[in-house]
Amino acid sequence: MQYFVQQLINGLTLGSIYGLIAIGYTMVYGIIGMINFAHGDIFMIGAFTALIVFLILGALFYSVPVVVALLIMMIVAMLLTSLYNWTIEKVAYRPLRGSFRLAPLITAIGMSIALSNFVQVTQGPRNKPIPPLVSQVYTIDGISISLKQIIIVIVTIALLAIFWYLVNRTALGRAQRACEQDRKMAALLGIDVDRTISITFIMGAALAAVAGTLFLMYYGVVVFSDGFVPGVKAFTAAVLGGIGSLPGAVLGGLLIGFIESMWSAYFSIDYKDVAAFSILAIVLIFLPSGILGRPEVEKV
Amino acid sequence: MAATVSSERDDVATPVQRAFREALYAGAISLGLFVLFIGLRTDQNISNELILVKRWGLLAIVVGAVTVGRFLYVAYAVPAMERRKAEKAGAPAIVAEPGFVRRNFNKIGATLLILYPIAMVLAFGFQGSLKWVDNFGIQILIYVMLAWGLNIVVGLAGLLDLGYVAFYAVGAYAYALLGTHFGLSFWILLPAAGAMAAFWGVLLGFPVLRLRGDYLAIVTLAFGEIIRLVLINWREVTNGSAGISGIPKVSFFGLMSFNVSDPNYIAKVLHIAQSGAYYKIFLYYLILALCFLTAFVTIRLRRLPVGRAWEALREDEIACRSLGINTTTTKLTAFATGAMFGGFAGSFFAARQGFVSPESFVFLESAIILAIVVLGGMGSLGGIAVAALVMIGGTEILRELDFLKAVFGPDFTPELYRMLLFGMAMVIVMLWKPRGFVGSREPTAFLKERRAVSASFTKEGHG
Repeated sequence: MQYFVQQLINGLTLGSIYGLIAIGYTMVYGIIGMINFAHGDIFMIGAFTALIVFLILGALFYSVPVVVALLIMMIVAMLLTSLYNWTIEKVAYRPLRGSFRLAPLITAIGMSIALSNFVQVTQGPRNKPIPPLVSQVYTIDGISISLKQIIIVIVTIALLAIFWYLVNRTALGRAQRACEQDRKMAALLGIDVDRTISITFIMGAALAAVAGTLFLMYYGVVVFSDGFVPGVKAFTAAVLGGIGSLPGAVLGGLLIGFIESMWSAYFSIDYKDVAAFSILAIVLIFLPSGILGRPEVEKV
Repeated sequence: MAATVSSERDDVATPVQRAFREALYAGAISLGLFVLFIGLRTDQNISNELILVKRWGLLAIVVGAVTVGRFLYVAYAVPAMERRKAEKAGAPAIVAEPGFVRRNFNKIGATLLILYPIAMVLAFGFQGSLKWVDNFGIQILIYVMLAWGLNIVVGLAGLLDLGYVAFYAVGAYAYALLGTHFGLSFWILLPAAGAMAAFWGVLLGFPVLRLRGDYLAIVTLAFGEIIRLVLINWREVTNGSAGISGIPKVSFFGLMSFNVSDPNYIAKVLHIAQSGAYYKIFLYYLILALCFLTAFVTIRLRRLPVGRAWEALREDEIACRSLGINTTTTKLTAFATGAMFGGFAGSFFAARQGFVSPESFVFLESAIILAIVVLGGMGSLGGIAVAALVMIGGTEILRELDFLKAVFGPDFTPELYRMLLFGMAMVIVMLWKPRGFVGSREPTAFLKERRAVSASFTKEGHG
């Protein structure tokens, strides 16, 4: 039982990170119906930015309180990563809006390749390890919970709350939901569609940057190719939960996290990704639009 | 890359003024993007700690280049392009008769491909031609074949497949395993590998039949990853990430061999000097023949009921179903046929390399193949071949640019920039020609006269 709860906690941590990335996929898909393949690499850019900010802080000050350091890392990563996603949307996706469906997918794949190789070229291909930021571990009843995990879960919950408020309670969120339902009608009613889409990309990138910072804090290492696997898994999570649905993305992320940690704990760690992907395929066969997704209504 | 930062209010500003403002914006944005990534570099010191190395000079150069580039683009390139467009629109539209090269593009292309190794041998000698035939010729043709195979699934049937590399892997491992363990010949295993890949295509096809569009894409991607992960982890059979080496070479239809130690080694049989180039040239013609086979089958299939059904499925699945076409078998045949050619290419790849490992079958390969199909213009064989030549040939050439070392210093390695430039080229080509190099489609069925259909009028299927 203790072992099970332990795995549950590990899964929750992992799932929180996937969920944060998955929201970016699902929002972009919801609003412009496109798979933003570069989103995984945006996450990696976020983690790398946090790493560099951490090193700058270390070089400038003798010692910084961990909380302050984490906050600064997160904020700078959010700003710069948003700038990346904003620029990418402007340069690579916007000119192709209204073009045929595969065109933005190809530019997104191109951007993904370009981003990860840009980091490889500028920062080198090696693993970048940092000393552990927080190392406290609490043991309750034989179950050990590290402070890192608590931070990840708390930050995720806090961000989700803010995010939920933004989407459901503000004019911006209303505009977003309107664009999602009918872009032309939204434009006719005076919503700046381009601006709304840009903001969607910025929001997705900001969450991915937080996920990147948390990832760096949790694993203590980042490398240029780190965007791909978490990116694919987060996308899997978004599809699993029903792409276009925000609670679905979080649910999907948690599910993927649980599946992964349970599978590694009870079966074979080698096949954990195989398990995650197989479950995706199985779920989609029985629930073709994901768990919380709206079924696609086809009009002839 | 036309990112417009300005809004309507600068209608009054002259192009130069506007360009100046946009250049400043571009400079500021690029400063923000690059300040941490180019301005600083994380390096490990002797005690394995990360330290930051400052590169402000390089940062200044890059930001300056972006600013100046944006200024020139907005101030001179955009007005020039608009002027030309206006001139074109003003002039009476003449439908130019396609020139000699255009009309006979396929024949000329095929002839050039057949003559290519001979020209290389004449130009560089047997030893010198190795690089050109192997690194360029064979490498590009493998991608041409893969892209033509994927074209059946994506271009004809309109099913978005992001895991095509899985079938390539199935073909490669089928030949590698059966060839090394049972000593079977390439000529038996080539069809076997194709059949096996087709079988996997059907196997994948069944569960995803109900899925549409992007769901299909993600499941095929997952399938590709599953195959790769199984190849890595099933060590008893596949030898894990270490891969399988010592894969037997292809023989000249069993008559002559390309192993120097064999009694029927080609040089001994024909009494000519020993050279590794014979094998490469033979492989070149082999893959060329396989490519022609793929093209031939594609062209013929398009005229058969099943090919028409594919294209109908791509255009409109509901209409297709209401006309009584069995969409299940139609999708499955598309998957199987596409996978079969992937399997052929895979077994050829294993024979050519003599070594396979899961490293060669990563998602990036699927992405590259899909990119070639889309960049070439989906459904157009000629366009896809041109796209493969440009994208794969272009990145291969980067390996050869040693003279750049003289310009950028001895530390400069052009290979490093290969994939970076590849990714950027994908974006730029797509922005420049969103419909691919060949933006029109030849109709297979027509009334009285054959008219090219602009691709803008055709739809891409949603799965």
